[in-house]
Amino acid sequence: MSKVIVMTSGKGGVGKTTSAAAFAAGLAQRGHTTVVVDFDVGLRNLDLVMGCERRVVFDFINVINGDARLNQALIKDKRLQNLYILPTSQTRDKEALTIEGVRRTLDQLREDFDYIVCDSPAGIEKGAVTALYFADEAVIVTNPEVSSVRDSDRILGVLQSKSRRAEEGLDPVGEHLLLTRYDLDRVERGEMLSVDDVLDILAIDLLGVVPEDQAVLRASNVGQPVILDGESSPGQAYRDSVSRFLGEDIPHRFLKREKRGVFQRLFRRSA
Amino acid sequence: MSLLDMFRRQPNSAQQARERLQILLAHERAGADSPDYLPQLQRELLEVVKKYVNVDDDKVQVQLDNSTDVSTLEVNVELPEAAAQPQPEPQRGQRRRRA
Repeated sequence: MSKVIVMTSGKGGVGKTTSAAAFAAGLAQRGHTTVVVDFDVGLRNLDLVMGCERRVVFDFINVINGDARLNQALIKDKRLQNLYILPTSQTRDKEALTIEGVRRTLDQLREDFDYIVCDSPAGIEKGAVTALYFADEAVIVTNPEVSSVRDSDRILGVLQSKSRRAEEGLDPVGEHLLLTRYDLDRVERGEMLSVDDVLDILAIDLLGVVPEDQAVLRASNVGQPVILDGESSPGQAYRDSVSRFLGEDIPHRFLKREKRGVFQRLFRRSA
Repeated sequence: MSLLDMFRRQPNSAQQARERLQILLAHERAGADSPDYLPQLQRELLEVVKKYVNVDDDKVQVQLDNSTDVSTLEVNVELPEAAAQPQPEPQRGQRRRRA
């Protein structure tokens, strides 16, 4: 049974596309056939973050309008066996995504893929609602910052009232918090909401905490999902998050500073 | 906490962020389920009340409570102390003349 996952946030610029790319690549790394779909019509960026921008010929809208077959629009990732990208249109507007068209395409994708990761546009209007409508699971990408937390709360309300699962009275969409751009130094200085603060306020399951790190920008510069940089802390945090999503019980990392004794510090300095 | 921090007590902005969010979201969540017409109803009721009594804009509360069997629409108008008593004569006279 395949699953539809939406990466959503309400607020823009919190890391939806970065997280969608990382998450999809992580699921593929774990052996699941995965497709990541760009729902941000008119502001296509997933292709760039995935590094396949020069290979886009047909897109999601072409498929919905019957101008291309799904197989013509799907781009196979060059690094990971099981990973595909469905880019969106750069020229159309959000009205081009019809619920019926999306339903048909997702049904078709369900036949071939274990996981369908939907990268949502920002906002709580039609584009964002279309992206989350068919979701079975939602990853709420949030920064530890007041406007992002407020918008996440709004989008949770939308998930609970406007998704297909809500409308048809099915089991509710699974809600998972992915806290990104987490700066431990600032949290410890009392300048940034802590993971506990955000969890208290939003009251949903914590999927992972991704530390603020230069590796994220470096990865998008070269068009590679940051999860493939296994040395970096965001890469590791995303891998942990994917494992938790797949049901593994993995302790959270990057929430506390490593405590080092005086001798360890001296030793490290001399090393 | 270092010794320096104890002397340099700065306001904790994360704490403020947390408190502001908690208050704001409690308010927004309560409003999320109410029907769209409530704000308009509240505005119009306020206008009617204002024709007779001088009340502040935030002193009229309209709330809809849904339980399984019955829904109640509760309208709460808080009158200022002066307005609760009969208004002074000259003002009344003026109004009559205009009408």
